[in-house]
Amino acid sequence: MSRSRYAPLAVFAALIVLVQLVTGAAGKSQYLTQLTMAGYYALPIVGLTLLMGYAGQISIGHAGFFAIGGYLSGFLTTYNLHELSGHWWVRAAAWLRLLSAGQDAFGSPSLVVRAWPACIAALLVIALVAYLIGKPVLRLKGHFLAMATLGFGTIVYRLVLGSSLMGAADGISDVPAFHLLPGLAISGKAAVRVSNYYIAWGLVLITVLLLGNLIHSRVGRALRAIHGAEEAATASGIDIQEAKLKMFVLSAVLAALGGVLLTHYNGGIGPSEASILKSVRMVAMVAIGGMANLWGALIMGALLNFLSMRGSFGSYDDAVFGGILVLIMLFSPQGLLRADLARRVLGAVMRRRKEPVT
Amino acid sequence: MSLLNIQGLSKTFGGLCAVDDVGFEVAEGAIKAVIGPNGAGKTTLFNLIFGSATPDGGSVIFAGARLTAGCPHRQVAAGMARTFQHIRLFPQMSALENVMVGRHTRSRAGFLASLLPMPWTWREEREIRAEALAVLEFLGITKLAESDATHLAYGEQRAVELGRALASKPRLLLLDEPAAGLNMRETVELGKLIRRIRDTGVTVLLVEHDMGLVMGISDEIVVLCQGQKIAEGQPLAIQKNPEVVRAYLGDEDA
Amino acid sequence: MTFALFLQYLVAGVTYGAIYAIVAIGFGIVYNATGIINFAQGEFVMLGGMFAVTLQAYVPLPVAVLLAVLIVMGVGALVEILFIRWLDRPTVLRMIVITIGLSIGMRELALLVWGEGVRSLPYFTGDAVTALSVGDVHVSPQVLWVLGTVGVIVAFLLFFFGQTRLGRQMRACAANRDAARLCGIDARGMVTLSFVLAAGIGALAGCVVSPITYVQYDSGTNLAIKGFTVAVLGGLGNSAAALGGGLILGVIESLSILVLPAAYKDVVAIAILLAILVFRPAGIFGNAATARLQEHA
Repeated sequence: MSRSRYAPLAVFAALIVLVQLVTGAAGKSQYLTQLTMAGYYALPIVGLTLLMGYAGQISIGHAGFFAIGGYLSGFLTTYNLHELSGHWWVRAAAWLRLLSAGQDAFGSPSLVVRAWPACIAALLVIALVAYLIGKPVLRLKGHFLAMATLGFGTIVYRLVLGSSLMGAADGISDVPAFHLLPGLAISGKAAVRVSNYYIAWGLVLITVLLLGNLIHSRVGRALRAIHGAEEAATASGIDIQEAKLKMFVLSAVLAALGGVLLTHYNGGIGPSEASILKSVRMVAMVAIGGMANLWGALIMGALLNFLSMRGSFGSYDDAVFGGILVLIMLFSPQGLLRADLARRVLGAVMRRRKEPVT
Repeated sequence: MSLLNIQGLSKTFGGLCAVDDVGFEVAEGAIKAVIGPNGAGKTTLFNLIFGSATPDGGSVIFAGARLTAGCPHRQVAAGMARTFQHIRLFPQMSALENVMVGRHTRSRAGFLASLLPMPWTWREEREIRAEALAVLEFLGITKLAESDATHLAYGEQRAVELGRALASKPRLLLLDEPAAGLNMRETVELGKLIRRIRDTGVTVLLVEHDMGLVMGISDEIVVLCQGQKIAEGQPLAIQKNPEVVRAYLGDEDA
Repeated sequence: MTFALFLQYLVAGVTYGAIYAIVAIGFGIVYNATGIINFAQGEFVMLGGMFAVTLQAYVPLPVAVLLAVLIVMGVGALVEILFIRWLDRPTVLRMIVITIGLSIGMRELALLVWGEGVRSLPYFTGDAVTALSVGDVHVSPQVLWVLGTVGVIVAFLLFFFGQTRLGRQMRACAANRDAARLCGIDARGMVTLSFVLAAGIGALAGCVVSPITYVQYDSGTNLAIKGFTVAVLGGLGNSAAALGGGLILGVIESLSILVLPAAYKDVVAIAILLAILVFRPAGIFGNAATARLQEHA
């Protein structure tokens, strides 16, 4: 059983390497930039797939978590604490080696939080926010839950758009690179394009591996049980609210991680990352992949995001995703990448070829 | 020694009094049946005992501890398990997986342990699987292990649901109309099965309409009518009880 | 803060609140007939205003409004026929997602056709500076148009559902679809009619409020959220409660600028929505329909 689970991971890893080699050979290394971004967008998508497909909870506000993560990390790594260096907590933070001193663009001294502590802080805050929001909201069902998550996403959007501290409509820029390890940094510079590509997709691969572990575990069964028959799940001893909440927090943290890393990669973030349209996109990609299909969501998501970022959809970008969502939900609610769908199509094609023409 | 002790249980829905001051005991190791004409409040009683519904009055004492309603999932850990009148299996999961879910309260791998499995997680998962297979074997449906649970025949689905309840190693098993939809032969098999379950040390409380089954396997019977307990006793006594007869057949002198 | 200024804000709140109420009523009509919340309801309001603005360059204002309402009613029917009709007992999740997708689609189409700019109809009577004055309070006559129109709509709906045969048939369908069909009522037609009705009242509201608030291609989303807040306040399927809820929301929102920066005004409605959902999902007015919304998982 476990052998067959690792095979797709190996294939995917090979595919990642292949894509990089091909683009390099074809002289289209710039594609790697958009592919890397698509990789970071894939993190919220896989988390959402688990939440929507396995735990059965809709969330039309997940871009809110993505954005909060990115904004928090961006803010902490750019907000100059130099003026406040007299305060005890700034000195304490410096003593704990959480801060980095340097010079800003104008040559004056700057004191900001380093990337690692900023990232961890952002994730912790997200976990807390998701827990606080999820606790009351996940008791809701259907339309109420949808609207509540929509409301959450809209609040985040309005807050970052209106807050001058967060750059209002311009967002946060000049976010420094994220030095993961000595010699390995997340940054948008062309020189480190290849390593960044592997960082992003390596992270995605690890996430899929871990989430796969979750799906096939006791917890995964419990989530699927909740999705399938809530009352029977309770009668089997599963604490429904706790399971839903934990899944919600996990998916929020994954989304925030994507936000944090993308912000460092792009060197900035803007309010549009929190918009409802971005949340709808995520739902669209989960839906087209097949709700409970991690690989489907991942592949379709990566493809669609890549095309979107290359501008293939032009100004119809949002319309495309909205349209995809409607079409999928109308005609194929279980997504496109379904084994039985492929079999049926293949079967129909085969039959037509075998029938003699009279 | 009574495993389950309910006293003065009452539950009203709107204007309707579904359960009215009902009380009885279930001795450990016994098979006790609750019968009564339709609308007598039997399923509501079950919900109250299991904790899925909050009583308006009275108490449920299970294994010496008083039950607080509203958290039915805790009851399972405490040793109570139930099946449903209308079968509720988990779709898109195999029969084995359905039963494995029943082991939920007897295992502990949480989110973190499942994301990053330790050797103990793997070991526990193997145990869960083995236990679930053992339950399927006990029920004689091992061959159905990998089949999609919702695609099975009705009688087989009932067995799987029973397996799921048994997997939690309960002390008290609540069966809600287990014979519903079964033919005569299947009902006889069910009776034998319930006796075998009792012989493993599980106390059984069942709600049932099939009189043959009830009279055949019960140690004691409680009769409800319109929410009230009108009789309690051994099967032969219940059969001869004029109140019971009147409740089922109506007043013959009318 | 003078009393006159306070009244001014009150009037503004009441005006907006009336429109939120219409959106909630629109939600309710479709919900009663189909059990789904049509997220695109806000777009009907937006489209009403947009179409009217384009048409009034060619025809007199009243004709433009009438035509716009008729066109949007047609859009409503089209949406129902193309996207909703042939779905076979869809899950709530599926319906939510489809109507959200429709809402986005209509938004983007509007963006394509009308661009990003704000539009508005000319004032029905007078112009931007005409005002009726009571003491220090200055009210544009358009406000009276809005309130009057909303009042007429509510009265019409009460009459329609209460007294007319067609209205009673719709209520029968809403209560028990199969039983209604057994009585010979065309259930599918009723569903289409519910969309048409909801679209029509939305469009009319959009027309009458556009001189004051302007319409933009993305005005619909905001309205949908606020209309939903009103619906949850208890106004789902209950016109009177919708009016009450709408007024409450509109006034709270309007007066919120006393304590919050104006940029966060929209957050008020959402915060109220979340608060209700969390603490009292059955709504302030304890509505059975709203409570039912919670059960459909």
